[in-house]
Amino acid sequence: MSADFLYTIEVILNGLMAGVLYSLVALGFVLIFKASGIFNYAQGVMALFAALTLVGLQEGRVPFAHLINAVFGTKVHHFDWTLPAIAAIIFTILVMVLFAVLVEKLILKHLVNQEPIILFMATIGLAYFMEGFGDLMWGSDVKTLNVGIPQGGSLWFEDFTIGWAAEGEKFYGMYVDLLDVWAAIIAISLVLFLTVFSQYTKSGRALRAVADDHQAALSVGISLRVIWVLVWSISGFVALVAGMMWGAKSGVQFSLSLIALKALPVLMLGGFTSIPGAIVGGLIIGAGEKLFEFFMAPIIGGATENWFAYVLALLFLVFRPQGLFGEKIIERV
Amino acid sequence: MNFKKTIFSALATLFLVSPVLAELVFPSLSYRTGPYGPNGIPFADGYEDYFTLLNERDGGLGGEPIRVVKCETAYNTEKGVECYESTKGEGSLVYQPLSTGITYQLIPKSAADSIPILSSGYGRTSGRNGKVFKWVFNFPGTYWDAASIATKHAMDMSGGSLEGKKIALVYHNSAYGKEPIRTLEALSEKHKFELSLLPVDHPGQEQKSQWLQIRRERPDYIFMWGWGVMNSVAIQEAANIRFPMENFIGVWWSGSENDVLPAGDAAHGYKSLAMHAPGDNFPVYDDMRKFVIDKGLGAGDGSNVGTVLYSRGMYAAIMATEAAKTAQKIHGVSKITPTMMRDGLENLEMSEEKMAAIGIAGFSPTFKATCENHGGQGSAAIQQWDAKKGTWSFITEYMNSDASVIEPLILADSAQYAAENNIKERCN
Repeated sequence: MSADFLYTIEVILNGLMAGVLYSLVALGFVLIFKASGIFNYAQGVMALFAALTLVGLQEGRVPFAHLINAVFGTKVHHFDWTLPAIAAIIFTILVMVLFAVLVEKLILKHLVNQEPIILFMATIGLAYFMEGFGDLMWGSDVKTLNVGIPQGGSLWFEDFTIGWAAEGEKFYGMYVDLLDVWAAIIAISLVLFLTVFSQYTKSGRALRAVADDHQAALSVGISLRVIWVLVWSISGFVALVAGMMWGAKSGVQFSLSLIALKALPVLMLGGFTSIPGAIVGGLIIGAGEKLFEFFMAPIIGGATENWFAYVLALLFLVFRPQGLFGEKIIERV
Repeated sequence: MNFKKTIFSALATLFLVSPVLAELVFPSLSYRTGPYGPNGIPFADGYEDYFTLLNERDGGLGGEPIRVVKCETAYNTEKGVECYESTKGEGSLVYQPLSTGITYQLIPKSAADSIPILSSGYGRTSGRNGKVFKWVFNFPGTYWDAASIATKHAMDMSGGSLEGKKIALVYHNSAYGKEPIRTLEALSEKHKFELSLLPVDHPGQEQKSQWLQIRRERPDYIFMWGWGVMNSVAIQEAANIRFPMENFIGVWWSGSENDVLPAGDAAHGYKSLAMHAPGDNFPVYDDMRKFVIDKGLGAGDGSNVGTVLYSRGMYAAIMATEAAKTAQKIHGVSKITPTMMRDGLENLEMSEEKMAAIGIAGFSPTFKATCENHGGQGSAAIQQWDAKKGTWSFITEYMNSDASVIEPLILADSAQYAAENNIKERCN
């Protein structure tokens, strides 16, 4: 095979895996939108906050240390202990559940029956609050996240594929990042877990009922408030997974919250209400933007990925306005 | 009514008879929020702490207290311009925006308002030509100096020639990141190396395409003009594709602890340019701790003291205050105006003796600004990261850039600016 063909395959493969990382962020949006009709602007910040909390707990940082030191003149930064990754993850999940409870009690409860735009605005406020709160709680320095997920190119895969090129071709084997492979495995597991949860558990069925029809769900005794806490908790868990994967690549810092921008074209393409849509959308966007960059960067100069993802999503919207897997909205006048 | 009149008269009298407190105003256009906040914070801390140090230890500058006016730009050009407009009326002596984009916008404004800009190691490179850019200063070095010095180092590593070699520039797709391209293109012609350009969009969290391309093209050296998260992701990606770290050289804005720590041991051996020494092994830091940090007067909690970007901020304040001292000396007054400050900047000399007196002997290259040259001699050293020790150390002396390449480019660019803006050359 020619090296160019193999490199194209490599780009598609890496694009698909980058797409999985986008899907991880998009999943959080879909869950909340499906259950409550809220477009959660704070999803990216939730990923940042979850990752900050995970590192903070792992390293035994004192929460609000800067504030405590400024008020009391102390010099506390760290506790005497550190936590193993798994314990820190469990505690972070609990923090995200607590966060969900507080969001429901302090924001959503007061906005029942309001227009979706009001709820959307509330999540914008929540995002800005969380940004500042996360900084205040854990500090704004760049933090190293290490939860034991291997990183770096797979030597095995490189060696395995190096012989695929025809003799004399400049081919160095195909590259896949182990972190991306793990992200793909974790994303698949997450989707399986969410599917099983929504299909076979009582809470999952209640969640689906609310997603289908709020009024009907309420009439059969399903508590909307409990469902909201549940769905925000699951979304918080998904945000933690996304924050972990992205944070392992770049360190945990503010820009992690901007990964939400990568999820928007995925949502436009896959539909706001479909979990498979988030996955397939992510894969199409990931592979599409990488292929476009691969072929067009030498001609038009590169850095095309950010805008091309949106162009691709818009192209799909021309033919399917509700997204690939979104529910067709039929409004009768 | 009488009561109101009495109160009004008392306040008016108090206002009129109060001595006007003379202050030297230094604006701090900082960014403590947003995606570039982790880098903006240590810089702003170092910048503001040095003014506090002078106030606490020396009673200000020449007997005049210093006031720092803070404004948050979030590394956003529009906000930076708003900050400039809202603070210029405070008597601001010099602006240091810490953003090439903001600097470009402020260049015509500052000339119209007669307030100097000091963009040390960033901004418009041709601002170095004082004949055209009367109000712009960019010592001790410019991006074009940096590009030349990085090339020089690569050439030293290649045994004195870059002929037939490949150099890739990974850059932030912004005014800042694009700044060195022109010089590198000229250098690639001169030294006959192949240059490839790899832009990375803001903020740079995802760079897979660029690094797959690097892996395919196998450049001999990679130069990086990055900022914020882009740096740490690039270093991690370079490690992932097993690119030799000693051949990966970042500009001075891609060489802080924030850039290398997230990659852990994988960042070992990574290099960057440096316009000042790393570490806190200088007497000024003892004073900083004694008079500022330990007294709880620091802009931050003191944990940044001695980090690369804290030192960079402190160095920016040192150059500004030394220029203010020079201006006080030239004009024989302690309360200087922005116009006098400009004179101080244009006559600033950072000699070994002066740096020793400040407590930073050997910290940065010596330079002398002149009417024609607002950028100094264009020197930088190369520093390398030791992941095991967690420290940066110099591996070269300060080197000068290749003036034979840089000067014609500066003259051409500034001549174009002068023609576009109808500026008559000065210093003749």
